[in-house]
Amino acid sequence: MSLTREDVTYVANLARLEFSEDQVTALADQLGAVLDYAETLSGLDTSKIKATEHVLAVQNVFRKDEIKPCLTNEEALANAPESEAGCFKVPRVME
Amino acid sequence: MEYEIVIGMEIHIELGTKTKIFCSCPTEFGQDENTHTCPVCLGMPGVLPVLNEKVVEYATRAGLALNCEIAHFSKMDRKNYFYPDLPKAYQTSQFDLPICTGGDVEIEVDGVKKDIGITRIHIEEDAGKLLHESADGTLLDVNRCGVPLIEIVTEPDLRSAEEARAFAEKVRNILEYTGVSDCKMEQGSMRFDVNLSIREKGSEVLGTRTEMKNLNSFRALIRAVQYESKRQIIEIKKGHTIIQETRKWDDTKGTSSSLRSKEEAHDYRYFPEPDLVPIVLEPEYIEKIKSELPELPEAKKQRYIDEYKLPEYDAGVLTTTGVTARFFEESVVLYNEPKQISNWMMVEIPPLLKEKELSMENITITPAQLVELLKLVKNNEISGNTGKEVLKEMFNTGKNPGDIVKEKGLAQMSDTGELEAIIEEIVSANPKSVEDIGAGNEKAYGFLTGQVMKATKGKANAQVANELIRTVVARHLA
Repeated sequence: MSLTREDVTYVANLARLEFSEDQVTALADQLGAVLDYAETLSGLDTSKIKATEHVLAVQNVFRKDEIKPCLTNEEALANAPESEAGCFKVPRVME
Repeated sequence: MEYEIVIGMEIHIELGTKTKIFCSCPTEFGQDENTHTCPVCLGMPGVLPVLNEKVVEYATRAGLALNCEIAHFSKMDRKNYFYPDLPKAYQTSQFDLPICTGGDVEIEVDGVKKDIGITRIHIEEDAGKLLHESADGTLLDVNRCGVPLIEIVTEPDLRSAEEARAFAEKVRNILEYTGVSDCKMEQGSMRFDVNLSIREKGSEVLGTRTEMKNLNSFRALIRAVQYESKRQIIEIKKGHTIIQETRKWDDTKGTSSSLRSKEEAHDYRYFPEPDLVPIVLEPEYIEKIKSELPELPEAKKQRYIDEYKLPEYDAGVLTTTGVTARFFEESVVLYNEPKQISNWMMVEIPPLLKEKELSMENITITPAQLVELLKLVKNNEISGNTGKEVLKEMFNTGKNPGDIVKEKGLAQMSDTGELEAIIEEIVSANPKSVEDIGAGNEKAYGFLTGQVMKATKGKANAQVANELIRTVVARHLA
């Protein structure tokens, strides 16, 4: 199997997800199978193919450095579950 | 055992564009919280960021000024992390293909010159500001989200706090000249991260390093390096191993403390930003920006030495910042006495700026006013000492030096008739001094000069007065 339980726990932690022991085992199997399948691509000879740095063929899309109107403070905070003193309020974080 | 400090730096600089990196919100500092936002910088779903062309131009300009290679092809990537200062939960940055690579900056510490290598410069967005003011939560101001930054990463070439400072100052100086940033430390436009390790002197292997983030003044930079290098040396001497970690510098306490260890360190899971297309810069574009670069500090310094015949020290001081150099150059155009201007700018102006809590950026006198003052001194209309007083008054009132001299009656007394009468009176009143001089004691002249200066409230032209004193004394001795 290409994916260990440790890999799953590590990635879950990075994504701030919590899983039970059983779920970790199941995910290791399922995600491992996906990775194994993707691994079949490694069988192809790509030595003569240019590396793909970006999937889009478009380049250099820029905007001018010109100011446009912003949202008002009320509009910006309209969807915030919590706000205080004109700011978004989030659970207390350590610096 | 002798130890060596090894330092690499990361410098974040906010670019002086009018708008943010990926949206058209203004970048102005010090506005009301969350008034400079739009769906893009708020990280709303379904929005499309578009790169500001000025950011590419400024980053290219900064790279060229720091002797970097400008990449023909570069791209943006997502750097993923969970911290509420970024509403998107990722920062749009550059990972493996940054816009600039491989530059260098020459620094000089204690007369020794040294090249500091620049690994790379990439463009990215700044994060928002967290305010730890609420009793039961943390407040977020999104205004700074999306303000364009360049991050300059150095090679581990620095060996002391002094070198780190010299490097940071040099970079600030160069970037201020190029106009890509105002580099205002107090507004957070320039912030330093320091990677520091210790090794036995002569060793080629790097020791385990710690990282200190967000040092926002030169003072904090120096103190943090001094503290951290000392801490690591003590740990090593005790036989402890250094733990690779991120440390937080507390500038008030003057100490650093562990923030997170490498085990908890972020794995950013970078991947190419699918919403932004690659940046492809043609040689013509790069050449054009290169041709538009202003004269940089090093070249300016050399020109001051060659063209104005200034000592290297003067040329160095005057080119420290762009505004200082401009003030000097405007003065020299009006009055071709570079050394006199240099002396006053280096010696007399700085203490007055300090006293008024000003800098060369918001100095209250003009080059024309300084020049008018220097002409008065040069033509002996006022003495050098009076000139200093007048300069102070110019700072206080903004008045022209000529008017101050007139109003306060400070013009120097060079009228020999008037002066001679005063000197005759003083010499007559001090027969003992005349006697001493007759006996060969030259020191008594000093006393008489002092008396003359006192009687004229310092307005006597010292050279004229000295000659007259000798004439009058000779007459008394005859």
